[in-house]
Amino acid sequence: MKTLFTNARLIDPEAQTEITGWLLVENGKIAATGRNEPPQADEITDGKGLCLAPGIVDIGVKVGEPGERHKESYASAARAAAAGGVTTMVIRPDTSPAIDTPEALEFVKRRANEDSAVNVLHLAALTKGREGREMTELGFLLDAGAVGFSDCDAVVTNTKVFQRALTYARSLGALVIAHPQEPILSAGAAVTSGKFATLRGLPAVSPMAERMGLDRDIALLEMTGARYHADQITTARALPALERAKNNGLDITAGTSIHHLTLNELDVADYRSFFKLKPPLRSEDDRLATVEAVASGLIDTISSMHTPQDEESKRLPYEEAASGAVALETLLPAAMRLVHAGGLTLAQLFRALALNPANRLGLKSGRLAKGAPADLMLFDPDKPFVLDRTTLHSKSKNTPFDGQRLQGKVFATYVAGKKVFG
Amino acid sequence: MSFAHRHLLGIEQLSQSDITSLLDLADQYVALNRSAHKHSDALAGLTQINMFFENSTRTQASFELAGKRLGADVMNMAMGASSIKKGETLVDTALTLNAMHPDLLVVRHPNSGAVDLLAQKVNCAVLNAGDGSHEHPTQALLDALTIRRAKGRLHRLSIAICGDIAHSRVARSNIMLLGKMENRVRLIGPPTLMPSEIREFGVEVFDDMREGLQDVDVVMMLRLQKERMDGGFIPSEREYYHRFGLTADKLTAARPDAIVMHPGPMNRGVEIDGDIADDVTRSVIQEQVEMGVAVRMAAMDLLARNLRQKPPKDTYV
Repeated sequence: MKTLFTNARLIDPEAQTEITGWLLVENGKIAATGRNEPPQADEITDGKGLCLAPGIVDIGVKVGEPGERHKESYASAARAAAAGGVTTMVIRPDTSPAIDTPEALEFVKRRANEDSAVNVLHLAALTKGREGREMTELGFLLDAGAVGFSDCDAVVTNTKVFQRALTYARSLGALVIAHPQEPILSAGAAVTSGKFATLRGLPAVSPMAERMGLDRDIALLEMTGARYHADQITTARALPALERAKNNGLDITAGTSIHHLTLNELDVADYRSFFKLKPPLRSEDDRLATVEAVASGLIDTISSMHTPQDEESKRLPYEEAASGAVALETLLPAAMRLVHAGGLTLAQLFRALALNPANRLGLKSGRLAKGAPADLMLFDPDKPFVLDRTTLHSKSKNTPFDGQRLQGKVFATYVAGKKVFG
Repeated sequence: MSFAHRHLLGIEQLSQSDITSLLDLADQYVALNRSAHKHSDALAGLTQINMFFENSTRTQASFELAGKRLGADVMNMAMGASSIKKGETLVDTALTLNAMHPDLLVVRHPNSGAVDLLAQKVNCAVLNAGDGSHEHPTQALLDALTIRRAKGRLHRLSIAICGDIAHSRVARSNIMLLGKMENRVRLIGPPTLMPSEIREFGVEVFDDMREGLQDVDVVMMLRLQKERMDGGFIPSEREYYHRFGLTADKLTAARPDAIVMHPGPMNRGVEIDGDIADDVTRSVIQEQVEMGVAVRMAAMDLLARNLRQKPPKDTYV
């Protein structure tokens, strides 16, 4: 079975090019691309000049199974992912209970297989119950299919425990994803310190807490040589430390969240809890520095940090409200803001959305190369719309982009050549 | 007299003329309160509910008295004891209240922004009686009225606010109000009790009391919460008193006619020397309490006038 996409702008994050041409899919894999006369095929899709890019590989998606299925199930998350051009969801283990045993991992893998049309991979907790005291059965969890280990936003405060976990993980070649944050300095904080925090009288954390957390983790990497990925780098002050660590040859990569790239602390305005995130939104200077770091490649990946929360956990006084926002479906249109504003090219964007996360996880997807899985998205980069949160496929509608004008819409999503949306 | 606001949530939303109108009306209520017949029917037929999610005797009593003097039906709900402990959310509480058809809702809450949230969900006028470390607008207004009456004006004055600025909603509301009225505001306190980037609010910051008090017209002391006295933010109570407590000696740096204020309740011997607090030639602390009732009467009267006129909702700020 051969499927041909013609007349499409091919966004190639490997070559960093954007050319109009055709792409041939055979048996679920990309067979060839070109710009001249297209080959014969059983089925032809006219791209009508839209963009054809590798599907997004999203590291750090929260699904509410087990524990909070009313917030998000595998079925609803997968529908949202497909609608957002996300072809691989990498699921966080911060469920209740946490995914910290092979048995729990097998349960969520089964649930994902039953209900998801997009690829689903799982992270497992680094320590039992994400409590930072004892490491999980890293070896068994790897055998059971974990692609990496993370305690998510729970920082392993005990440096000795973290050092041992990193050392053990290194011997297995496993990737550890951490949340760089000085946990005591940031305890209880709802916003980033500064004029806005003072005006609103909210408990605040200095942006320096992120750099302190990263500095500690980098020192531990020098000791242990572990494979490490920082989940979200969101401040200018953390960037030089990251750059030095990379130049020193440590096995370190870093991600950031779409919200920290497109919003700043002032968006919280009069205590809008849908803008409450972890880490909190930063200053505009930090946001601009983060965008620049994605463009230069210093920050490797962009993720949705999709965190579904129901209305009850958000409609509370700001300090008490839950953190996090849904973003699987708004990831692309929000990211297109950066492209339209001239901060990133499409090829740079898809390097961070697809190629780099795939490479970090050892996946063949995330590129338009021959032999790569045909995980693709066809999108119109310019199509304007006003987001109505009630139309989102997620069970939870906690998006900060409700009512906002966005540009960029996914027309179709394909996983292994099969259309899953559009 | 125009006061185009549905609620009184903070000083941030008020203009210079809003503040002047409110203080002018409050002046009239001071006169009423000092007369033999301390009663008006401005709020007759209206229901005022005081909801205090945080304990307060003084502010609650002041609002209650203000409502009663204006003829409102006043009800007090001590929220600390009831629904919060049963797990009811603030929004549910708001819906319950709506069903009781109050006209004026006076709310104090330990979380910044909680009163704003409540105001979005109820159909009546909401007065913020203090939310977290955010705002306490009626306190700033009563301070302003006290200053205006003592100094004859509320502009071009040099005013020092001393103490725990970081956790103080009184300080925030006062900084905004005094700034809007074009005064010079100086903040004095240990750096651990100064909020971040506070200089961007157009104030001068000092960590030396004598330097900060130099030639000021008004000295505003803040209460230091007991739980912040030991070790965490300051080394000890006695060191704090030594460096930042208001004493007769430090007060000599201020202008000879400078007045001394305190929102109460005072910690004598911690942030203020007892003799200064009681010195009627300098201290206007008792007068602040009196102005509190008048300012709250004025605020509720103005909001109630808007309620009765029922202009279209979107003209409100």
